[in-house]
Amino acid sequence: MDSALTLHRLHFAFTVTYHYLFPQLTMGLALVIFLWKTLALRTGDERYNRAARFWTRLFAINFAMGVVSGIPMEFQFGTNWARFSEAAGGVIGQTLAMEGVFSFFLESTFLGFLLFGERRLGPKGHWFAALCVFVGSWLSGYLIVATNAWMQHPVGYALDAAGRFQLTSFWALVLNRWALWQYVHTMLGAVATGTIVVGAIGAAYVLLGRHVEDGRLFLRTGVPVGFLAVVLLAMPTGDAQGKLIAANQPVTLAAMEGLFDTVDGAPLAIVGQPDMERLALDNPLVVPRMLSFLTYRRWSAEVKGLKDFPRENWPQNVPLLYYSYHIMVGLGTIFIAVLGVASLLLWRRRLFESRWVLWALALLLPFPYISNTAGWMTAEFGRQPWLVYGLMRTSEGFSANVSAGNAMFTLLGFMGMYTVLSILFLLLVYRELEHGPRPGDASPSHAG
Amino acid sequence: METLWFALVAGMLAMYVVFDGFDLGTGIVHLYVARSEDERRRVLQTIGPVWDGNEVWLLAAGGTLYFAFPVLYASSFSGFYLPLMMVLWLFMLRGVAIEFRHHFDNAVWKPFWDVIFAVSSALLAIFFGAALGNVVRGVPLDAAARFFLPLWTDFLPGASPGILDWYTVLVGVAAFLALTLHGALWVSLKTDGAVQARARRAARGAWWGVVLATVAVTLVTFRLQPQVPARLSAAPWGVVFPALAVAGLVLAWVFERKGQERGAFLASCAYLLGMLTSVAFGVYPYMLPSNVDPARSLDIHNAAAGAYGLGVGLVWFVPGMLLVTAYFVFIYRRLAGKTTVDEQGY
Repeated sequence: MDSALTLHRLHFAFTVTYHYLFPQLTMGLALVIFLWKTLALRTGDERYNRAARFWTRLFAINFAMGVVSGIPMEFQFGTNWARFSEAAGGVIGQTLAMEGVFSFFLESTFLGFLLFGERRLGPKGHWFAALCVFVGSWLSGYLIVATNAWMQHPVGYALDAAGRFQLTSFWALVLNRWALWQYVHTMLGAVATGTIVVGAIGAAYVLLGRHVEDGRLFLRTGVPVGFLAVVLLAMPTGDAQGKLIAANQPVTLAAMEGLFDTVDGAPLAIVGQPDMERLALDNPLVVPRMLSFLTYRRWSAEVKGLKDFPRENWPQNVPLLYYSYHIMVGLGTIFIAVLGVASLLLWRRRLFESRWVLWALALLLPFPYISNTAGWMTAEFGRQPWLVYGLMRTSEGFSANVSAGNAMFTLLGFMGMYTVLSILFLLLVYRELEHGPRPGDASPSHAG
Repeated sequence: METLWFALVAGMLAMYVVFDGFDLGTGIVHLYVARSEDERRRVLQTIGPVWDGNEVWLLAAGGTLYFAFPVLYASSFSGFYLPLMMVLWLFMLRGVAIEFRHHFDNAVWKPFWDVIFAVSSALLAIFFGAALGNVVRGVPLDAAARFFLPLWTDFLPGASPGILDWYTVLVGVAAFLALTLHGALWVSLKTDGAVQARARRAARGAWWGVVLATVAVTLVTFRLQPQVPARLSAAPWGVVFPALAVAGLVLAWVFERKGQERGAFLASCAYLLGMLTSVAFGVYPYMLPSNVDPARSLDIHNAAAGAYGLGVGLVWFVPGMLLVTAYFVFIYRRLAGKTTVDEQGY
């Protein structure tokens, strides 16, 4: 049984992690493209349109990957997590069905117009298509985050006679306080990926001395918007989520921070490895009393350590949770520093000559993907051992009628399939980047 | 309330089959109707802007099924685990084939993806038919409403059936033929010249197959699932659904003969809608019958979500569907008429 549970978890974890590599870019890019289309409409500056066209092509490749890897997610609730779906479908089926009806149709309809409709629709119509794609993808994000937030912090439900969760308040589900903060934080994470990627490609073009004019435009948009996003990621959204976790999932907070003993004036661990034999942090580097202050705004407040919670309620993998959380926060801090320096130089009109900073910006490219992934790992490992926090354990939710061997077979199948998809994806992205933005380029003909 | 949601979910699945059906069918026939690179591009362009939106119907129907009938969703998706995973992989290959083939101009690259496109489209059509066959035949549900089917056992629809037995394979073949006809009529509607002539030939051939398969499937289903004839004699008005299918099939032939492409395609839509609503009507109120113990069958009552959730759902579902209808009317009006090879999309 254990191995079936592990494989079903790994199955979902692998496919959802791979899937989210694409939406985090497309949701961020949807905002950037919409900004450019708005600027182009207001200023009549053709350079914004050229940037929008170039990034829409990259958007489309990523969007296709997101769709292709997203369909299995919708299926896996039923295929791999049948007992969970049976119990919770009466509640989270609402948000998942709404995503299909409201977001997917909107996105799929208007992406076509955004890609191929510029001449037919005219500037205003094309701007409207960009708006619809932006709204569709951000709405999709909300409905998925609301689904996850219900699992983190269940509200608006009652248990029926058969032991299934049934919805009792639609607004409680949709306006879950947990969902609101988690959504803003998640979307800012997507904007960070979108803008850092735009900035990194811009920096690379300037360094290479190719498409320099376009590269500078990418930097002028990516750097300041990105800086704003990463600052807001830490304060107030990250901070607010920390407080929600402290109030509702205190054992998770202790595990994230590697705090084993309850203390007054708890320290904040910067470096260290949770040692699950000794139940202590190895070679810790800490800021004294900082955790108490961050959590309760009092330097001497008591923070409960892991040892004060029953062991069966600890997240099963404390070290992985601790590392995920620290990688997310650490990378976030680096983003604030690099984008802060770059924004300052941009404002001083010295960014385009500062090769070191351009190099740093270009090398930043993979890291928002890592920090977004680490952030979701923090949320999901932090929820363990619960599938629905405090109500249903993960071990009670997987499809017991699908054996470990079958789950292993399809997991390997997905790994193989995604390897092939990744190669094709990288090939196409490389070609687009190699071509770069083309002056006055017409859109390529569709699917021929 | 449960009956309404049953009708809505069935309706969404029927919309999926009508819309994605013609692009699956296009995939099935495109190797035959389009020979040169120019022709291939033209045929692909008839579905290029819409296939993705058509597939969304399946996702939205799946989401709605999850929301309205979570017990059925959980039971059927885990029970049909292996074939569903294969369907997912086929969808991936097909999407990649459509989107990636034009990125390299190369004598190996393009034919390779063309074949993948055709094979995955054909297999998906067969799988969907077989899935429908499984739902009509029933599955060995246990006391917790769970089952797990192997791909096949002895090919007999007895007490321990597989996903594939002679009955579900027959339904799969019928679905393949019906979507071949549907796709061929779509291509003939959207093209002209040599491609259209071949598409019309394919449609006529497929039409005879569809007639035979429809008769065979109907006769066998009445024998195999006594619920269906019982339901028809209990509620004789339900005969309008099969009548719609028969009328669609006949008119498809008549319009095709007269060269009225639009009428022929719409008749084929009517045929598919008629067949699917007939099935939904025939199995109602069951959603997944048990083939061993009728008491264990999942029906619209024991599979449904709570009353409050279903009521609230209507409030957002109705305006949502009106929006979707508006998008589809808008797109298909923009795309009306024949596709030309140098067209840049919309």
